[in-house]
Amino acid sequence: MWKWLHPWAKAEKAYQLCGRLSPWFGIICLGLLVTGSVWGLLFAPPDYQQGESVRIIYIHVPASILSMGAYAAMTIAAFIALVWQIKMSELYIIAVAPIGIGFTLIALLTGAAWGKPMWGTWWVWDARLTSELILLFIYIGILALYNAFEDKNTAGKAVSIFTLVGSINLPIIHYSVVWWNTLHQGATVSKMGKPSMEMSMYWPLLMNIIGFGFLLAYLGCVRMQNQILLREKHRPWVKKMVMEGDNHAV
Amino acid sequence: MQFESIEAFLAMGGYATYVWLSWGFTLLVLIAVTVASIQKTKQIHKEVRESLTREKRINQAKEADLL
Amino acid sequence: MALSNWAVYSATLKRDLKLALRQKVDVVNPLFFYVLVIILFPIGIGPEPDLLQRVAPGVIWIAALLSTLLGVEKLFKEDYDDGVLEQLILSPVPLPVVVMAKMTAHWCTSGLPIILISPLLAAFLNVNASGLLAVILTLLVATPLLSIIAAIGAALTVGLQKGGVLISLLVLPLNIPILIFATSAVDNAMSNSPYNGQLAVLTAFLILAMMLGPFAVSSSLKVSVS
Repeated sequence: MWKWLHPWAKAEKAYQLCGRLSPWFGIICLGLLVTGSVWGLLFAPPDYQQGESVRIIYIHVPASILSMGAYAAMTIAAFIALVWQIKMSELYIIAVAPIGIGFTLIALLTGAAWGKPMWGTWWVWDARLTSELILLFIYIGILALYNAFEDKNTAGKAVSIFTLVGSINLPIIHYSVVWWNTLHQGATVSKMGKPSMEMSMYWPLLMNIIGFGFLLAYLGCVRMQNQILLREKHRPWVKKMVMEGDNHAV
Repeated sequence: MQFESIEAFLAMGGYATYVWLSWGFTLLVLIAVTVASIQKTKQIHKEVRESLTREKRINQAKEADLL
Repeated sequence: MALSNWAVYSATLKRDLKLALRQKVDVVNPLFFYVLVIILFPIGIGPEPDLLQRVAPGVIWIAALLSTLLGVEKLFKEDYDDGVLEQLILSPVPLPVVVMAKMTAHWCTSGLPIILISPLLAAFLNVNASGLLAVILTLLVATPLLSIIAAIGAALTVGLQKGGVLISLLVLPLNIPILIFATSAVDNAMSNSPYNGQLAVLTAFLILAMMLGPFAVSSSLKVSVS
């Protein structure tokens, strides 16, 4: 049943698959992000309470969702790497982690920039901002752990264990932070109660969320190819491919 | 179109700093990650190519020695 | 020769405790560090009793978090350096049991002294009697938890030359739920409200960590040694 999946665990095949998929992901991502952003910035209506500042939502929400989506993808990869001992999965974790850091940074900064006009301060120890911040530190921990090892094979395995440990902890962290927050915080945050969103705001948001998803997929493919090449630099297939690529280019 | 003029669009109803800070930072990060990823690919290709030519040179030198 | 799990556990525990007691500095230094960090706070923020009482739960718990991290780098290091760890992995003895014993030993030398000295520190920080009880109870439940989580970090980095700071970077974010629930329990206790909910949650964390932790640690050790 799983036979058709097996070839993709080989470096060369995985590399080719990424190469074949990435242009499509890139095009779809660009189309969605441009349409969604133009729609969101120019055509979507302002919020009746928050005015034009609501236009931050079109990047804040997609970045926050996909910063967690990236971690979910890494968790699945870590599980596969540990259970079936598939090297490609380990590479995928490391390929995706920097993208996750990027998305988390975006989510944090846009959250702060949205909080300033709405709550009056750049930073509120709001449950979501806090757990996003901790997510950032876990991403950084993953990269630091990977870079600390000389032997990248060991590094990949260590990172997949830590990613899995983190994935068990992240929901716990999230819920404890929510609970801690409701305990400490007054009504400052909850006054941003959400009236059900208008359709004209919903569509550009949805497009940007899916667009960020495809961006994750595109960058994931490109960076995955990089990781494969770095690891397999001295293999004949890489040399052959690079030479052939030169011939095509000439 | 929600805005009367370009000035109104840039002013963002008084929230210009926050909105454009967010969008600008997002654009910056996304472009940085994309460019860095693609640059890395090129760099690795270059390294492999260099090591290949070096190998070739060494082989040629060896053959020349043998002759 | 088949050893029962219990025999393996108690033998490892005895050995590790004996080793730890031979090097008393490793036990005493984190303890001094813990006391010093707590003493720094009244000096840093001012000696008003109300203020101290207000920050006491956080101070005590943050100091406990940090001082558990101090000694943890050594948890597997010596065994790794002299090859004992490799033998343990190769031997038919179940590694999670050995790991569990090692974590227990670590707790006895890091968590237990902290608990024993906490009445003194509670007096320094003007914690009342019910608060002190909560401090001791939460420390009792949650310091083993700290040892388990720290052991995961130590096991992942045991093969590295400079693992010390990295362990903190890996472990501290994972400790945040413990900090939240433990400080909230002490807070509640000092205002004489019930805190058994927080204690129950901490106990649940402990049980979860005791189930999964030894396996995470032993697979990390296998990765580090191979």
